Formats: sequence, C-alpha cells, structure tokens
Amino acid sequence: MDDEKQYWLDRPANVRRIYLGLWLFALAWLLPDFFLHKHEDVDFAAWLGFYAAYGFFACVALVLTAKALRRVLMRPEDYYER
Amino acid sequence: MSAEFPSALILLIGAAVVPFVRGRARAAFLLLLPVLAFLHVLTLPHGEYGRYMLAGHELVAMRVDGVSLLFAYVFLIATFLCAIYALHVKDKLQHVAALVYAGSALGAIFAGDFITVFVYWEISAVAAASLIWAARTERAFRAGMRYLVVQLTSGMLLLIGALLHAGEAGTLQAGYIGLGGLASYVILAAIGIKCAFPLLHNWLEDAYPESTPTGTVLLSAFTTKLGIYMLARTFPGTEALIWIGAAMAAFPIFYAVIENDLRRVLAYSLNNQLGFMVVGIGVGTELALNGAVAHAFADILFKSLLFMAMGAVLFRVGTVKGSELGGLYKSMPWTTGFCIVGAASISAFPLFSGFVTKSMVMTAVAGEGHVGVWLVLLFASAGVFHHAGIKIPYFAFFAHDSGKRCEEAPRNMLAAMAIAAALCIAIGSLPSVFYQLLPYAADYEPYTASHVVDQMQLLVFSALAFAVLMRTGVYPPELRSINLDFDWTYRRLAPRISAGVAYMLSAALRTGSACASSAGRHVAGRVFRHRGPAGVLARTWPTGSMALWLMLMLLAYLLLYYL
Repeated sequence: MDDEKQYWLDRPANVRRIYLGLWLFALAWLLPDFFLHKHEDVDFAAWLGFYAAYGFFACVALVLTAKALRRVLMRPEDYYER
Repeated sequence: MSAEFPSALILLIGAAVVPFVRGRARAAFLLLLPVLAFLHVLTLPHGEYGRYMLAGHELVAMRVDGVSLLFAYVFLIATFLCAIYALHVKDKLQHVAALVYAGSALGAIFAGDFITVFVYWEISAVAAASLIWAARTERAFRAGMRYLVVQLTSGMLLLIGALLHAGEAGTLQAGYIGLGGLASYVILAAIGIKCAFPLLHNWLEDAYPESTPTGTVLLSAFTTKLGIYMLARTFPGTEALIWIGAAMAAFPIFYAVIENDLRRVLAYSLNNQLGFMVVGIGVGTELALNGAVAHAFADILFKSLLFMAMGAVLFRVGTVKGSELGGLYKSMPWTTGFCIVGAASISAFPLFSGFVTKSMVMTAVAGEGHVGVWLVLLFASAGVFHHAGIKIPYFAFFAHDSGKRCEEAPRNMLAAMAIAAALCIAIGSLPSVFYQLLPYAADYEPYTASHVVDQMQLLVFSALAFAVLMRTGVYPPELRSINLDFDWTYRRLAPRISAGVAYMLSAALRTGSACASSAGRHVAGRVFRHRGPAGVLARTWPTGSMALWLMLMLLAYLLLYYL
C-alpha cells in the first residue's frame, strides 16, 4: 500500500477542510430565511431556520434512538443459522 | 400488433425462446425484447381490450389508461436497464426468470380484473423466487422459500377477496373498492403484503438482499410497485392508509441506520419510500395520487441505480457489508459517482428526481391539514438522506480505507448505471416534461425559491448532523451483526412455540400410551394365554388323541344308553 498513489482525501487535514466547509455551506443556507418571504402550507414551517433545526435534530434523534435499539435488537450474524 | 394483444406476452414468449439462443445473439435478443414491448405499449390507445368471459364474468386483459401506461413505461425501462446490467451473466436460469418476472409484472399492470391480476401475481411470485434462488446459497434458498410462501399467500388472499367482492358487488373488475365489508379487508391485506405494510413487510428485507447482484436490482423494481399500483386502483382516499404509510415511512429508517448489509439498508429505505406512496394514495386528491405514482416511477429508477451500484460492489469485492468495505472510490470511481447520483435522487436534492415527485405528496399532505403526518414524513425525508443518501456511499466508497482494491465494474454495468443516473437527473431537471406523463392534469411547480431553500436546509443540516456525529465518535460503527425484525416471529418464535407444543403433545402421548399400553398389556396377556400360539385354545392337537377322546365319548354314551 505504501507505494500506492496518495489521494487527496487520504490526508486528515483535507477531511477537516471538508468538515469545516460543510459547516459554512450549511450556515450559508440559513441566510435566505432573513429576506425570503416563504409560502408555507404549515404555519410554523415559516419560522427562521425551521427546516435546518428539524433536519439536524431529527437526524441526531434518529441515530441515538437507533443506537439504543441495537442493545435490544442486535444479534450475531449467524443467529438464524444456529 | 393491435391493442388486443397483451404486451406481457412479448416478454413471456421471449423468455421461452431465450434458452435456445446463444452468445451475442442472446445478448441482442435480451435487449430487443423490452424495446419491442415498449414500442407496442407506445401504440396503445386508451381503453379496454382483450375481453374474455369466465364463468359468467367478463375479464379484461388490457386496461390502458394514464395510470397503467405510466407503470408500463417505467417497468419496461427497468427491464431494459436490468438486461444491460446483467449482460455478462452466463446463467440461463436468471435471464429466463428475469423475463418471466418482468412479463408477469407488466401483465398485472394492464390486467383489468382481479382474476387476471391474480394469475400474473402468482407467476411473478414464482419467477421472483427463482431469481432469489439463483444465488444458489443455503441462505438464499431459505429466504426464497419464505418469500414464495408470503407472496403466494398474498395471491390467495387476493383471489378469496375478489370472489367475496364478486359476491357482494357482482363484479370482478379491479377498480375502486374502498374500505367496508369483509371482501375489502381481505383484498387490502393481500395488497398490503405486496406493499410491505408494517408487520407485513419483512419478506422484503429478508429476501431481496439474498439474491444475485443482478437479481436484486430487478426484484427492487416490481413486486412492491405491483402492490402500490393495485392500492392506487382500489383504495385511493382511504384515510387509514395515511397512518399506515406514515408508520412505514418512519420505522424502517431506524433499522437502516444500524444495519450492516448495505443491500439490506437499501431494502429498508425501499420500504420507507413505499410509505410516501401509501400516504399519497391515502390522501387521495389528484395532486396526492399524481405524487404517489410519480414517486413510484422515480423510485424504480433511483432504487435500481442504488442496487446496481451495490451489486457492482458485491460483484467485484464479494461482499456489501459496511463493516468490510471502505475506500472503494479509489478502485471504482465511476460506480461511486453513479451511486452518489442515486443517493441524491432518493434524498430529493433539487435537480434530482426525488425532489420533484416526493414534494407533491408532501404538499398534498400539508394542504389537507395532516400536520402530524407531515412532520413524520419530514422526519423520514431527513432520515432517508441520512441512511440511504449518506450512509450507503460513505461506508462503501469512503469511510476508513479497508485496503480492498478491485477492478472498476464491468462496462455493461456502468452503462446501465449511466442511463439510470441520466434519467434521474432528467426527471429532476425537466419536471414539466415528466409531469405530462402523469394520470391527472398536474398544476404543480416544484422549483419555487422557498421550496428549494427549505429542502436544502433540511438536507444540508442532516448531513451536518451526520458529520458531527461521525467526528465526535457518537455514530454507531458498522458491526458484523443482524437485527431482529418482525421476521423473528416466524423464523424463531413460531418454530419455538410449535416445537414446545410438539414436545408437550408427545409427552402427553407418552403418558397416555403408557397407561393405555399397561391396560392393553393386561388384556392382551389374558388373550395371549388362552389363544396365543401356546394357549389352550390355539394348541394343535394330534389326530390320534382326538380319535381317542371321540372313542371314549362314544363308549360313555353306549354305557349310559344301556344303563
């Protein structure tokens, strides 16, 4: 593997750049909420950053719940073959 | 060919010819069949054709209208893509099973009555099971068996329901039924199995990931969409479906997050996408129904694309377990790119197909005032991006480098993925062209500034959540494991109960037979003593002794006479 070509993503510094870039990209998408007049079918969806907050916390809740579910549901790979 | 001729027969007759054609001729033939069927479908005028009588009921082989045509188009596109994708496969069984499966699915779409639907459903079940068995592993054999039992049950329920319905309503026509009366519940159960309603769903996650790399792609396209199609025909506007669909959209994503087999992750996300369609059918307005069938169309394409990408990984690396993969973008850059297009489409990014189809359902749900359901679907939208949009490409192609190096996918697989990816982008970028295919006049504009901003916020912040959880180490690692789902009840619980009952029965039988046999032995012993081989009554006596006794008796008689 050592003689293999080094990819841009192989360097941790670049992965950190992507991570920071994602933060900036995400925050930039909040800007339109300040001047865009939104037409929403549901009242509270027009709140500032509603979709951003919902997306973020829905995913955190999803992952934490799923992780907890593992304790109950997870079995070895050959569970049904034994 | 006229509209009286069922389009399905082009594929079904073709399937019978395939074993006799070899080499390049077979490849050309396999590609030609879906094209021929597509050309035939294009010539069909709206109306009902191929009528025939059965036991006093009129059956209709070809019901051509906006809904059936839309499904026929996408079924044939999927058949064509799968034919390209599977060109390298030498196994004749798979080609024949694939064509029979696609042909019977097409037949079921055009069928205008329940009996014809039933016949095509059953053929498709057997063909699909053959595609699962084609993997030729013990696991695939067992999973295919379970699949077959479930699907044949679904077909039988449809037949029973149809006959009950014929008794109640006097017609076998596969049209609007609506809930009310025994027949409707039996038919809903039959369709519910096909649509993978919660608790009836597990055949999907169980069987699909066990098929061959090419077989799973085809499986993902048809069976569940046959269910969605029939549901849209028979139960539009049934409120219960809104709640069933919301549950379907939500619960599979929890499983998808912790599942290790990436094709099973896709099966869970397929289940989740079906939820959006079921909700749309439940709402039942023109916008919602358009959204449901449009989303079925888009889903067949992007889900095929994702299954193709994972199939290519399985074909080259030999596994699609998240715990074993990572860093494959170095070996399979094209597959990675196509997979990301599929991921963006299922996640409903602007300019990709999911964005212009799913939003119709979302708008219809909100417009009808179902705010709670709307929030559940929004959660499911964020979740599907999280597990199908990010998890699939991330763990297969990026994550930590597994050190696995392989060749890029074969050229035929790349070609199929490229066409599917192009279609996903075309639908998403030119929705007005696509909307013309929809059954109802579509007065819907997906690209408004607020809709694009809303969706981008939802998705980008979901991605951010993933990145934060990943960087902080909170995200659960991929582990070699399986997760218990509802199939546990029939793969573990029911066998255990039946084994327990069998044990108790045999114990009871043993005790009973012990009592019975001791009583029996007593009686038998007596009978045996008198009548057994050594018994008094069964003894063989010498003729001489009999003659002697006879003589003595005669003598006694003589003596008595004289006395």
